[in-house]
Amino acid sequence: MSENIITYPLIVHLFFSIVLMFFWNKVKVQKIVTIIGNFVALGVAIAVFIFTWQYGTHVVNAGNWEAPYGIVFVGDMLSATLILLTAIAGLSVSIFSTVSIINARLRFGFFSVYHFLLLGLNGAFLTGDMFNLYVWFEIIIISSFVLISIGGEKNQLEGAVKYFTLNFFGSLIFLTGLGVIYGLTGTLNMADIAVKIQHVNNQVIVDVCAVLFLTAFAIKSAVFPLNFWLPASYHTPPSAVSAIFAGLLTKVGVYALIRMMTLIFPQDPFLMNLLLVLAVLTIISGSFGAIIQNNIRKVFSFLIICHIGFMIGGLGVFNVMALTGVIFYLIHDIIVKTNLFLIGGVIYRLKATTNMKMIGGLYKSYPKLSLLIIVVLFSLVGVPPLSGFWPKISLFLSSYNTGNYWFLGALILGSFITLVVIAKIWSEAFWKNQPELKVNKRFIFFDKLYPIQKWQFVTPIVLLAIFSLYIGFGAQHIQALSERIAEDLYNSQNYIDAVLKP
Amino acid sequence: MKTLILKTASDILLPVLLLFSVFILLRGHYLPGGGFVGGLIAAIAFVLDAFANGLKNTRKIIKIHPGFLMPLGLLISFSSAVAPVFFYDLPFMTGLWASGHIPVIGKVGSALFFDTGVYFVVVGVSLTIIFTISENA
Repeated sequence: MSENIITYPLIVHLFFSIVLMFFWNKVKVQKIVTIIGNFVALGVAIAVFIFTWQYGTHVVNAGNWEAPYGIVFVGDMLSATLILLTAIAGLSVSIFSTVSIINARLRFGFFSVYHFLLLGLNGAFLTGDMFNLYVWFEIIIISSFVLISIGGEKNQLEGAVKYFTLNFFGSLIFLTGLGVIYGLTGTLNMADIAVKIQHVNNQVIVDVCAVLFLTAFAIKSAVFPLNFWLPASYHTPPSAVSAIFAGLLTKVGVYALIRMMTLIFPQDPFLMNLLLVLAVLTIISGSFGAIIQNNIRKVFSFLIICHIGFMIGGLGVFNVMALTGVIFYLIHDIIVKTNLFLIGGVIYRLKATTNMKMIGGLYKSYPKLSLLIIVVLFSLVGVPPLSGFWPKISLFLSSYNTGNYWFLGALILGSFITLVVIAKIWSEAFWKNQPELKVNKRFIFFDKLYPIQKWQFVTPIVLLAIFSLYIGFGAQHIQALSERIAEDLYNSQNYIDAVLKP
Repeated sequence: MKTLILKTASDILLPVLLLFSVFILLRGHYLPGGGFVGGLIAAIAFVLDAFANGLKNTRKIIKIHPGFLMPLGLLISFSSAVAPVFFYDLPFMTGLWASGHIPVIGKVGSALFFDTGVYFVVVGVSLTIIFTISENA
């Protein structure tokens, strides 16, 4: 099998999005095609993962132009893992969206754009070229803008405008940084930049450039103080859309930060301190934001910000153990955050609202579903032995060993407030008696759905919950994987050698 | 705009402009031109016809919905990009070139198919946008 396999995820998503465009008006056919497409993508992602696990980092030169002149796609362990997670989350959300999004919205080419979004995500994870990364970011932004505004409700458009302006501004800064770095090094290939940037005389400009990139990626991943667009926009689109946004879009920013910090600007003390400060503030602002909200989906949006801080801070500590924690947390977070928003969608379908003051008695009327949900919520909190617990060991230990006590304190605070928030949701929405519900007669409640539709709602949540349980109970596998990735990231010379082939 | 001069001119201009757009498409590999510009010129040809003879008439000439050209063009470009992967085990988007020399067109390679795909996508997108706007106006 040749190394071309690492570009197959891109080919699969592009192919299926073109096929879906041929069935523009036939929503039923689209639903079947998109699920098939995501199953194929999952199969390909597993193949890519196994290939990379066995044969190590591989490089494909697009158009057969040699690096550093052409665009390269680099499949290392981190990229392969993220592609696998994208495929799992993508499959679950596609099953969920076939039933949870009304047909009038699907008729605007929802699934086609959805595959373009997944294409953009896979491309961003694979590319080894800075400018190409920018292009994939644009593909992600354009598709996500379509997804967030499809349907055109008033509050949805308000969220979309906030989302779009800020992200577009981020792209602008990213492009400026690209211009500066091209002026400094004369190359856009990441590995080549990493080699040449060490020989730049004026290290101050290098720092300026690093801050430009940091700002751009911080906007994408909702790091304090550039995080306010996220809770303002993520609760407005349909749950399926916000699930894929929550699971993967902010994580692309984190991924870009990890790549940049480990490969291009490694061990820069200024940047590391900056990241630690930002991480502490992000955790605090996210967690305190979450505690005062009553809308469940808004609570989840703030929790995203809070947990982004965990990863950013781990990156700021910067040793193998901290990076292991970051990667493990990233793996856990993608799965569990996607699931949270799917659960938000189910709660909305059950009660016609996501305001937890107006919901109650979920545990009494739906005990099995509640047990499923509590598994996910406990995974998020990190009750041992569930998935959120294990990465925190590495993060706590590494920040303690390196004497970053502020970050350690923020980690403890963030974890504790997450617990409080989840306990609040549980006692309000699940244990409290159901208050008087203002019922809109036209709303189709969960109970009125056909059995197959109910399964379409619940299956993706079960699928992701099983994966979360696997991360928790099979933690030694994930830990081994994370350690391997962290070693690769810490010794970036392997990556550079794989691309430039000295 | 129902003027006799524009109506008469557009009847002649439509085939001429379409031919010109194909010419631009074909000369694009080494000289200024290519799929994007060619597609725009082809779209202009139809838009001019729509101005002179009305939208209904133009739709009758095109026969298919212009939106259909988008996936068609994408499929052509996509095939030219993945052909090297599946048939020759070369990286994505590697240029493949036929050995012979065809009169008028010149040397044929996968780049030509890529450009043709772009041509169709551009025609499809611009006509869909313009037709939708002028229908609602």
